[in-house]
Amino acid sequence: MLRLPKFELEEPATLDEALALFAEHGSDAMPIAGGTDLVPNMKHRLFEPKVVVSLARIEALTGIRVTSGGELEIGAMTTLADVARSSAVQERAPVLAQAASLIAGPQLRTMGTLGGNVMLDTRCQWYNQTHFWRTSLGYCLKKDGTECHVVQGGGKCVAAASNDTAPALMTLGATLVFQGPTPPGESKANLREIAIDALWKADGIVNKHTEPGEILTAIRIPAQAAGHRGAYGKLRDRGSIDFPLFGCAVRLDVGTDEAVTGADICAVALVARPSHVKRIEDELVGQRVGSDDFASAVGRVAELAYKQCRPMDNSPGDADYRREMVPVYVRRTLHAAAQGAGPVHHV
Amino acid sequence: MRVFRLNVNGDDLEVAAPAHWTLLEVLRYELGLIGSKQGCDKGDCGACTVLLDGSPVLSCLRLAATAEGHAVVTIEGLMPMHKARGGDGADVVQDAFDRCGALQCGFCQPGMMLSARALLNENPKPTRGEIHDALAGNLCRCTGYTQIVQAVELCVAEAAGVEPAQPAWSADANGKKV
Ligand SMILES: Cc1cc2nc3c(=O)[nH]c(=O)nc-3n(C[C@H](O)[C@H](O)[C@H](O)COP(=O)(O)OP(=O)(O)OC[C@H]3O[C@@H](n4cnc5c(N)ncnc54)[C@H](O)[C@@H]3O)c2cc1C
Ligand code: SF4
Ligand code: FES
Ligand code: FES
Repeated sequence: MLRLPKFELEEPATLDEALALFAEHGSDAMPIAGGTDLVPNMKHRLFEPKVVVSLARIEALTGIRVTSGGELEIGAMTTLADVARSSAVQERAPVLAQAASLIAGPQLRTMGTLGGNVMLDTRCQWYNQTHFWRTSLGYCLKKDGTECHVVQGGGKCVAAASNDTAPALMTLGATLVFQGPTPPGESKANLREIAIDALWKADGIVNKHTEPGEILTAIRIPAQAAGHRGAYGKLRDRGSIDFPLFGCAVRLDVGTDEAVTGADICAVALVARPSHVKRIEDELVGQRVGSDDFASAVGRVAELAYKQCRPMDNSPGDADYRREMVPVYVRRTLHAAAQGAGPVHHV
Repeated sequence: MRVFRLNVNGDDLEVAAPAHWTLLEVLRYELGLIGSKQGCDKGDCGACTVLLDGSPVLSCLRLAATAEGHAVVTIEGLMPMHKARGGDGADVVQDAFDRCGALQCGFCQPGMMLSARALLNENPKPTRGEIHDALAGNLCRCTGYTQIVQAVELCVAEAAGVEPAQPAWSADANGKKV
């Protein structure tokens, strides 16, 4: 039995009320969306906010819509199940629908939200444990301790970004809309819009640049190129429920002649920030999807990913095995995207 | 202490519980509904699954007060719901689990049956793959899942009035019944 620490629960009905609560309670308050990450973390005493502010009754934060400019706008409180089964998302951003469909199990996708997934705390096998377990270990840098058990003698936490939708949204060039409490004396809404790439920092303790009391309200995905294709690949222990041991999102832009005009691959579950695999367009652009040359280019891209992606002992599962699976998953996911298929995973 | 209303198995209840209590804790320790099991208590196992507005959710991760305004169904509500719909005896899912021996210790069973019920409500003719997907968040440490999937397939077949598909274990490599 894992009891939650004591806290006060607030359930504001509007965003303004929620922001007023953050202005009032400052760092004593934390937002809760689906609670599927925060509740286990609080049970493990990784977070002990005095006030928990549920965003669940704020209707304006839920929903998926396509703007007149062909942009997808997804409210932060939209559940992962709704993202995965939305035909608008499946058509316009297949990589996101696929990534959402592979997160956790069905109950958790019904509860968990897209906003909560973007804002997910980093994970580490020495950190996501009960308080009793962590006491026995002597804690670690990320919480209550002074050393890192992944990088011996290291002064920096390298807990892994483990949110499957993050790399998917990065390949789509998504923008995040945040709103913070209005500073005293001002009247206009304190809005901030940033490219998702700019959210991350290379620090496992807190891997995001956010302002105090800020709430993620929406995720905006620009209209993709006419020949947009995407797929998500995920390595995990059990296909039914587990966090990624390695995840890769792929975007391929394909012209009418089936030649690649643009490409992007993002990887997750390595270190604190999800990352783009570099120099892949040099190999892929100009190759005709399905040709032998495309297949060899995919092989070279898998090699690039192997060189750039170095799984660490932060996640459970053998790091060497995970590294050997990097090129396998990158190759398969690229081929799946090329064929308009995916996701790539095992069950 | 927080006072709030919960609708559980059709009953409108007023509950007083601390704000940091989960729905599972209120169900088990306030309302005495111990059919929902406390397994891992952190989202891994599905033993605490209840239906919230018809969809399976994990009651060990849901703050109890945030369930106000939603309809909660626990395993205790399955048979009364079946009867309210004009059915006889136990829910067909419960009956099929019983006849197929889809349990050993039974700890996973309430959650398993609620996930199965939600699936059949939404999709009365699921394929084996769809059954696997719908039950993916419910772990069973005993049965190996074969009879569980068979029980759901039995519900589907009986509703359609056809022979249930042969369970994988009952045929040899050539598909011949053993
Ligand atoms: C068994 C299990 C398996 C899982 N498997 C996966 C997996 O495979 N892949 C994966 O990516 N995740 C997985 N998860 C984690 C989790 O279920 C998902 O990441 C989910 O999307 C989290 O969303 P939530 O709404 O529940 O977030 P919450 O738990 O409510 O919040 C998560 C964090 O984000 C903050 N937050 C939430 N919403 C906002 C907002 N709008 N603005 C600002 N901050 C906010 C919260 O304060 C908290 O710190 C798993 C969890 C469990 C228990
Ligand atoms: S990487 Fe893991 S062990 Fe090291 S400080 Fe971060 S959470 Fe702790
Ligand atoms: S007790 Fe809730 S998932 Fe295990
Ligand atoms: S019957 Fe024992 S856990 Fe499923």
